[in-house]
Amino acid sequence: MQDILFYVFAGLVLICGFLVVANPFSRSPVTSAMFLVLTIISLAGLFVLLHAFFLAAVQILVYAGAVMVLFLFVIMLLDLKVEDRRRLKVFSIVTGLGASGAILFMFMRHLLHAPLVGQSATLSEGATIPLGHLLFENYLLPFEVVSVLLLVAMVGVVLLSKKELK
Amino acid sequence: MTQAIIDWAQSPAGAFALFSALKILCAFSVLMFIVAYSVWVERKVAAAIQDRIGPNRVGFFGLLQPAADAVKAFLKEDFTPGHVRKVYFWLAPAIVMIPSLLTMALIPFGSNIGSQKMVIADLNVGILYTFGIVSLGVYGIVLAGYAANSKYPFLGGIRSSAQMISYEIAMGLSVIPIFLLVGDLNLSSVISYQSGGIFGWLIFKQPIAFLIFMVAMFAETNRLPFDLPESEQELAGGYNVEYSSMKFALFFMGEYAAMTTASAMMVTLFLGGWTLPFAGLDQPATTLIGGILHIAIFLVKMCSVIFMIIWVRWMWPRFRYDQLMDLGWRRFIPLALANIVITAIIVWAATK
Repeated sequence: MQDILFYVFAGLVLICGFLVVANPFSRSPVTSAMFLVLTIISLAGLFVLLHAFFLAAVQILVYAGAVMVLFLFVIMLLDLKVEDRRRLKVFSIVTGLGASGAILFMFMRHLLHAPLVGQSATLSEGATIPLGHLLFENYLLPFEVVSVLLLVAMVGVVLLSKKELK
Repeated sequence: MTQAIIDWAQSPAGAFALFSALKILCAFSVLMFIVAYSVWVERKVAAAIQDRIGPNRVGFFGLLQPAADAVKAFLKEDFTPGHVRKVYFWLAPAIVMIPSLLTMALIPFGSNIGSQKMVIADLNVGILYTFGIVSLGVYGIVLAGYAANSKYPFLGGIRSSAQMISYEIAMGLSVIPIFLLVGDLNLSSVISYQSGGIFGWLIFKQPIAFLIFMVAMFAETNRLPFDLPESEQELAGGYNVEYSSMKFALFFMGEYAAMTTASAMMVTLFLGGWTLPFAGLDQPATTLIGGILHIAIFLVKMCSVIFMIIWVRWMWPRFRYDQLMDLGWRRFIPLALANIVITAIIVWAATK
């Protein structure tokens, strides 16, 4: 059952991911954005299969629920008729395939030589309490650094969106 | 063959699947019943407030009105205007319905009957899942606005996405103090925390959180006083202008389903869920009667909240858009943040 679900979700991720960048039926940016939402939700399904419920819920909450809605918001407000008419170019296909092939090659080289690891030792079943302990005890400094980074980004956005500085 | 099926039904996995399917079926039919009849209640309450009679032609007290409305919605011509974006036009009404149905899975609507817990999925990350699914609700409306490919629906869609994103933040922040107190994200533990005395209910322990959550809920479900995405006088009906027949009815049902789910969330988080603070009704039931009684208590509480929401709709004028944004960003978010800090300090001081 779990294996079947893995292949379903993995297949969905791959198909939807492909349709985000190269949809043969529609060049509309809104369609691409919607397929990106589907990709994110399928990824959350893969997280659930790994018992990482917290990660799955946050993935949907943050990416599908907040980030992509803002993307859609911006795409709809812009006039994207030019984008609709644009066709796939040979150059972009070749460079895209080259880049993803290179990444695949690096992954495969590493994976084929890596020793097989069994069930990972720290299976915390994605519960929230162990995750909290991990974040606020073992990785407190990186966590705080990331928070400060986000704060800086937020202050920057507020500053940029102010039309005139007093 | 039949022996194999019986064996499967008695194995843990089979029993789980069977009982889950049964619970899903019951929860879904009750939800649909409530959706249909809250429309009837809405019309009756509106009539009473405006000194009218309301629907009284179909059946006793107009009680068959929802059935008549359903027949009308199905039989009307399903017209698709020529200028719409077809795929999204078909997809949007379905997407509107899905999130509220998915959220229902998390709500503990009773204690237990026999050995079965009366909740479809007792997740450890309950509330996070709920907020994740609720945040997907905006897609239906935004896509409806985009699909219609004309001015007013589009403005309605844009308005709703801005409104829902803004109030999701306030809503999410408002429930954090609750989980600081409870110490768990699981909704069943939230209810067991509230058992024992009416002042154990979180509405009394966290009145500010309750206030923010309630107002944000009005905004999230696009109900008056925050129904700006479809305000008739400005937008000619907003995102659902181009829709007719059953597709329009799905938007309508989606609104009421979201309202029902939001009331269920409110009952679970703030009003003690299926518990009542006397006669031992705040402990999980041991008998069949007790189990059924708990479900009845939950339904009564939920329907009272729905009634309150309907009442508010006919008593309040609509907010202006800048007032709405001002309330969300400049009043509620700072208030919710202050509430989190104060609660955190109290919890910290109590454990010291």
